[in-house]
Amino acid sequence: MTELLAAIRYEDWVLHALIWLPLAGAAHVVASSAERARLVAFGWSLLVLGLSLGLWWAYDPGDGGFAMVSSATWIERWGVGYSLGLDGISIFMVLLTTLTSAVAILGSFEYVKTRRRAFYSLMLLLQTGVVGFFLATDVFLFYVFFELTLVPMYFIVGIWGGERRIYAAVKFFLYTAVGSLLMLVAILYVYFAGDTGSFAYDAFLHAELSLREQLWLFAAFALAFGIKVPIFPFHTWLPDAHVEAPTPGSVILASVLLKMGTYGFVRFALPFFPDAAQHPTVVSTMLALGVVGIIYAAWVAAVQPDAKKLVAYTSVAHMGFVVIGIFALTLNGLQGGMVVMISHGVSTGALFLLLGMMYERRHTRRIEDFGGIGRVAPLFATAFVVTALASIGLPGTSGFVGEFLALLGTFERHPVHAILAALGVVFAAYYMLPMVQRILFNKLDKPENRAFAELSRREIAVLGPLLALMIWIGVHPTPLLERMEPSLQVVLERVEGGEAAAAVPAAPSIGAERGNPAD
Amino acid sequence: MLLDYSSSLHYLLALLPEAVLAAFAMWVLLAGVSRRRSGGLGKETGWLALAGLLVAGVANGWLYSGVAEGGTAAMIAVDRLRLFANWVFILGAGFAIVVALPYVARQKLQAGEYYSLVLFATVGMMVMAASRDLMLIFLGLELMSIAVYALAGYNRRDRRSAEAGLKYFLLGAFASAFLLFGIALLYGAAGSTNLHAISEALSAGAAVESLLGPGLALLTIGLAFKVSAVPFHMWTPDVYEGAPTPATAFMAAAVKAGAFVVLLRIFATGLGTLHAEWSGILWWVSALTMVFGNLVALVQSSVKRMLAYSSIAHGGYLLVAIVAANETAAAGLLFYLLVYTVMTIAAFAVVVTVANQGEGGNRMEDYQGLGTRRPVLSICMTVVLLALAGFPGTAGFIAKYHLLLGAAEASLWTLAVILALTTVVSYWYYLRVAWYMWMRDPPAEGRPTDYVITPFGTRVALVVSVALLVLAGIFPGAALEMAENSIRGIMYLAAPQAGAAGP
Repeated sequence: MTELLAAIRYEDWVLHALIWLPLAGAAHVVASSAERARLVAFGWSLLVLGLSLGLWWAYDPGDGGFAMVSSATWIERWGVGYSLGLDGISIFMVLLTTLTSAVAILGSFEYVKTRRRAFYSLMLLLQTGVVGFFLATDVFLFYVFFELTLVPMYFIVGIWGGERRIYAAVKFFLYTAVGSLLMLVAILYVYFAGDTGSFAYDAFLHAELSLREQLWLFAAFALAFGIKVPIFPFHTWLPDAHVEAPTPGSVILASVLLKMGTYGFVRFALPFFPDAAQHPTVVSTMLALGVVGIIYAAWVAAVQPDAKKLVAYTSVAHMGFVVIGIFALTLNGLQGGMVVMISHGVSTGALFLLLGMMYERRHTRRIEDFGGIGRVAPLFATAFVVTALASIGLPGTSGFVGEFLALLGTFERHPVHAILAALGVVFAAYYMLPMVQRILFNKLDKPENRAFAELSRREIAVLGPLLALMIWIGVHPTPLLERMEPSLQVVLERVEGGEAAAAVPAAPSIGAERGNPAD
Repeated sequence: MLLDYSSSLHYLLALLPEAVLAAFAMWVLLAGVSRRRSGGLGKETGWLALAGLLVAGVANGWLYSGVAEGGTAAMIAVDRLRLFANWVFILGAGFAIVVALPYVARQKLQAGEYYSLVLFATVGMMVMAASRDLMLIFLGLELMSIAVYALAGYNRRDRRSAEAGLKYFLLGAFASAFLLFGIALLYGAAGSTNLHAISEALSAGAAVESLLGPGLALLTIGLAFKVSAVPFHMWTPDVYEGAPTPATAFMAAAVKAGAFVVLLRIFATGLGTLHAEWSGILWWVSALTMVFGNLVALVQSSVKRMLAYSSIAHGGYLLVAIVAANETAAAGLLFYLLVYTVMTIAAFAVVVTVANQGEGGNRMEDYQGLGTRRPVLSICMTVVLLALAGFPGTAGFIAKYHLLLGAAEASLWTLAVILALTTVVSYWYYLRVAWYMWMRDPPAEGRPTDYVITPFGTRVALVVSVALLVLAGIFPGAALEMAENSIRGIMYLAAPQAGAAGP
């Protein structure tokens, strides 16, 4: 495999292809007929997925730095470059994106019935934005891609969504925009105050900033990414967007777009502002928000009558695990956070697809409208149970590996937070299992459910890869862990190598330093 | 060639674009009169006006490519700032005329006079941008303003147009008086109306201090009125809404550009030494303009009026560049003006089209379901709205980013944050039009959108504008370089960090 990839000079062009091929696909979709649009889109996404799989073999973890680097000047006078690179963190995000995009497109064949050309071209456009975001190693470029993902998602939710789609779409857009525009100002601050001379990722790493500046800048970045994740008090856009979005929109939103937030923390916020990132106030705030998110979201999820809303809240809980894993600032914690990101992408994506299939068959998402589905559609029920178990983190599934590592990493430094967060795993069973029971088991007492169709071949093709991944990661996570370890180690060293602010226990709290960083 | 102002012919050469355009303006006027006798619709006069702009553009290009002036003190400047601004005015006037062609014909307005007024206003802007003397600036400003007063009230059969014209005229005349008084006081203080001489007198400490303050204040008020900065913006929404839409497009884009170029010229070169005095006031004016313009635009139910308020907000963003007063900000201002002109006229072009070349269909509801019925028009409008909102991938983002860069260089962090946050506010009202177009179904009853027909000229203008906006959004290099060259050397630069005015 490696020889084959070397023979076609895979490393030289693959990153560019992964970003721009979906865009070409979008143009092709617009040019094709409405009936063929979905096949064309699926063909392109499959092509991109196939190309991206090569990364698994081509990427050599080495010392954890960026591989397959390519760089060109874009806007010379501002020091902006079109620079891409891949490391052990972004490789998984890219693979997750290409996989879920293809799966979501295949899964939407029956769901999307109007304006198909527009829909599929927006899906591919979204993929361009997301992959570009994960591969960018220039801060300006990353910002552009970060914002670019908003527009397609806004239209996907707003046009093909449910009753309150416009409300949900606008809320999603504005929430994210508030954070990202403030982050833009923060980026400019680093550029000038840190005297970086360019927007290259490495130049930003070398910006010299005082602790006070770092705290403010970290706050701006954390707001942007925290809204995206979403971290507890900023999560209110998520249930709305998830519930109103069409199935493929929910899948992409949960699997990929939320990861942009946590990826942003690991890639940008932590390494850029190491002193702030390990400042005790920051760490304890972020850990507390993560724990509150886990527990609060679990409680709220437990009382939702709408299955989709329930799953939406579980996203908040899962992302809470990622947040505590990251801010534990230990290797186990970071690895756990990464695995939860991947696992959540796969299992929650699958859950949304399953709910979408239920909706296509019964045109309802209320849990009480179902019951006894397991008898009429055993394959469907099996897939549902496996996915739900992966989602709550049963040993042997991907969810367990991630949450266990995240909790372990947190326990090393912050045992109280870890114990509280571990309660979240129990709560996860508390909200997920009753739903599974009420939908799949119980009595088959509603006549409409007797005609509940079994999975079609296309649906098996949609769910199959996701289920396989859940089990594979759960049983044998080593290949993932060894690929991500060196890069996470780099992040960790960077954070701890910053002038150890944490070593000064009497560091003043943020509240005492309120004021403009400029003055 | 090198211009030598001892020869009066060279003065004419220095003013070639203006002279050419003024001649065409009179020709168009006469052609309009003779046309009316033979009873045509008068489109030919529009084409003639466009030809005039083209010739003026060629003359401008000749000046741009290698004509040098003898010094930096002459009344007429032949510098890149002026010539770049001229491109913006010519482009704006050209688009505005193309958009006006079907409107003027359908509303049976007097074509010759309309186009010649547009040309005269353009000449006025060009004179303003060209001048280094306050008196000549005032002359240019009045030439522009009077033509635009007439354009605002051009539709005699429409009460609101008449109201707009009268309102604009009364308030505008008042503002002109302030401006003139300010110029008089500055003359009293510095002993000259030449910006270069004023600057020298100020740095030599030879100016009369007691007259400077009032003069500066009155001048600022007069110019703030022209760029419709808060709190001198009261006229803008009514005038923009009442005026014929193509005239509104011209006013919102080109007229504002002209006023901003003058603002840059006066404050950055002539009064640059007084930066500490005026930057504090303009800081507040800028902040208020951004906040107010955006907040009020939120609640508008008419797209035309929403765009009027949004143009106030854009004025606020541009004022940030004046306050910052460094080369980055000034180049950003010029680049922004170029982009702003294109996107504003494009947005109004869609408004004219949806309103069926009239004034009846400007409500948000009239855009309902447009995406299904007129996809290409709606895609164009969506791109233009995203550009106005300053979204990445469009030139609007690069322009806004450039302003932020200038503000950051001057350490105006509070203004930068206000700019960022008010931009989020603006997302709401720009996206609102998009959601009416795409996310709502066409209305079952009432005015169907089927009648919306895009005239050929508008179509070309829209496609060109959208292409420009996207292209400059992705590859802004060339335009940025042009803008940067345009301000090189003409600026009085505020000392670094001096820009950190305001609270």
